[in-house]
Amino acid sequence: MSIIVYIEHIEGAIKKTSLEAASYASALAEQQGVDAKGVVLGTVSEDQLASVGTAGLSTVYHVNDDQLNAGVIQAHAEAVAQAFEKAGADTLILAKSSLGDAVAARLAVKLDAGYISNVVALPSTSGTYTVKRSIYTGKAFAESEITKTNKILGVKKNAVPLKTDGAPASVEALEVNLSEGAFAAKITSIDKANDEIPLPEADIVVSGGRGMKGPENWNLIEDLAKALGAATGCSKPVSDSGWRPHHEHVGQTGVKVAPTLYVAVGISGAIQHLAGVNASKYIVVINKDPEAPFFKAADYGIVGDAFEVLPKLTEAIKAVK
Amino acid sequence: MKILVCITHVPDTTSKIQFTDNNTKFDKTGVQYIIGPYDDYALARAVELRDQTGGKLTVLNVGEAETEPTLRKALAIGADEAVRINAEPTDAFFVATQIANHAKEIGYDMILMGRESIDFNGGMVHGMVAELLGMPSVSPVMKLDLEGDTAKIAREIEGGKEYLEIKLPFVAGCQEPIAEWKIPNMRGIMSARSKPLQVQELSGDVVATKTVAYEMPPAKGAVKLIDSNNVQELVELLKSEAKVL
Ligand SMILES: Cc1cc2nc3c(=O)[nH]c(=O)nc-3n(C[C@H](O)[C@H](O)[C@H](O)COP(=O)(O)OP(=O)(O)OC[C@H]3O[C@@H](n4cnc5c(N)ncnc54)[C@H](O)[C@@H]3O)c2cc1C
Ligand SMILES: Nc1ncnc2c1ncn2[C@@H]1O[C@H](COP(=O)(O)O)[C@@H](O)[C@H]1O
Repeated sequence: MSIIVYIEHIEGAIKKTSLEAASYASALAEQQGVDAKGVVLGTVSEDQLASVGTAGLSTVYHVNDDQLNAGVIQAHAEAVAQAFEKAGADTLILAKSSLGDAVAARLAVKLDAGYISNVVALPSTSGTYTVKRSIYTGKAFAESEITKTNKILGVKKNAVPLKTDGAPASVEALEVNLSEGAFAAKITSIDKANDEIPLPEADIVVSGGRGMKGPENWNLIEDLAKALGAATGCSKPVSDSGWRPHHEHVGQTGVKVAPTLYVAVGISGAIQHLAGVNASKYIVVINKDPEAPFFKAADYGIVGDAFEVLPKLTEAIKAVK
Repeated sequence: MKILVCITHVPDTTSKIQFTDNNTKFDKTGVQYIIGPYDDYALARAVELRDQTGGKLTVLNVGEAETEPTLRKALAIGADEAVRINAEPTDAFFVATQIANHAKEIGYDMILMGRESIDFNGGMVHGMVAELLGMPSVSPVMKLDLEGDTAKIAREIEGGKEYLEIKLPFVAGCQEPIAEWKIPNMRGIMSARSKPLQVQELSGDVVATKTVAYEMPPAKGAVKLIDSNNVQELVELLKSEAKVL
């Protein structure tokens, strides 16, 4: 038996969350005394493919078909199912993402597998196979048992430390047969903001709320983000008012982030916002109201006016970088 | 046009989550239940599309009798009929099998769901149903328009959007801003009382996972407050404790 990881890339660059999933898979493989492999779909360079080995994978199957560069859900599911078979795998690991979730759900049926998402730790495999996952949008955890032979685990960020000391993986070309129906959903165009760090991937996130007063003040958020090497986010009313694009909205109904550091500026800390950030390792809150509920969820807080604090903080960070 | 919207009956987003029976059962005491927020988006768009094309809009929940007020609310918002499949929804694969078996009998043109439920956040039921029915699936959907038998869809991807065209039938997991949530009005609430709500028994009993215990996250320590005139102290903490600098 072996473990296989569905690895995503952004225009040929392997995603960091996928490397985390690969690290999870290699830790699990070690626990079970089996081999962990990966599968990559679409156009990716040999170097990028082999780099997946740093996270502990022995082999990557590469399906070099440019029709798979875009996230065609059904086609990806069919290709990954064939890689799963080829590897003789009984476990599929993937990082949570908008594409990964959609692909894995189809695979659960194709592979007749038990699928658990939002996994936060390695499974316990002595006796029954149980795994810990985050539920109620981060407000609790569940210990869930998988009763099928085949298993799919959707891994949340920070579930295991990133492994970086593995040897380059050997790359094997894999041919797959895709059905005609696999391309029934036709992607007509893609509209993507360039040169920014994608929010769900970011290790540091700086978010602004209604306390920032208007879009004209976002340079303060962006300057701090730049100094920290962070992605920018916002609260829901901010994206609802069109101050920021929708894909930056963090929370229960938006993006869920799990960075090492989350900085919230002028955000009150409503429970729906907290639901999207409670998996962060460290939280900094900057708010002029000492009673703002966000301080209860924070590690570090500054009570003060964002318009005064942000420029000072940005300068102080630039000075040490 | 026959549209199906699958809705969850979930604790209100502000609910305090607690467990009983030695952390093996969700504590329902004092919990307000709502239509899942993403399901509410799917329902709102489905009402608009039904009004535009005519036909019938069915809402479905896999759940026990306690979920009926939530189904009635969906009827008040504008669904034409409701179906409850009488079972405790313990596992996504089990729920998906129930939905797919029902859908096979009726032959819906479009099945809309929420991008994810807010209790277990799996985001998996729509993909499973689509695979079981051999239909395309797409999620998370932010925009959905119909032109004849083709849907024009915008799907959220990291840092942007992807535009797609799909021929009916298909399954979609929806999120904002696909439509504005609809609040039931008095007439809706009155008419919901007489709209049909059918209870169906199970059709298949396959389970792939089961939850054995729950756990609360460790309590957060108190916040370290830093004087706004001394941001240097924060920088030091980010360096020495959080190790991000
Ligand atoms: C079903 C549902 C789902 C929701 N989902 C989400 C979600 O996913 N994400 C989300 O964010 N919200 C969500 N909300 C909305 C949420 O309840 C809050 O309304 C929202 O998060 C508030 O945004 P805010 O903190 O930016 O604004 P406010 O609540 O208006 O807070 C502004 C804060 O800025 C502070 N402030 C003002 N001026 C300054 C200054 N000069 N310097 C420093 N601080 C200042 C104030 O003290 C205040 O704390 C949802 C609501 C519902 C009902
Ligand atoms: N018990 C259920 N009854 C009806 N629909 C459901 C049920 N559970 C999940 N769904 C639908 O599937 C979507 C995704 O749910 P989940 O996979 O649990 O995150 C939800 O937003 C609903 O539209």
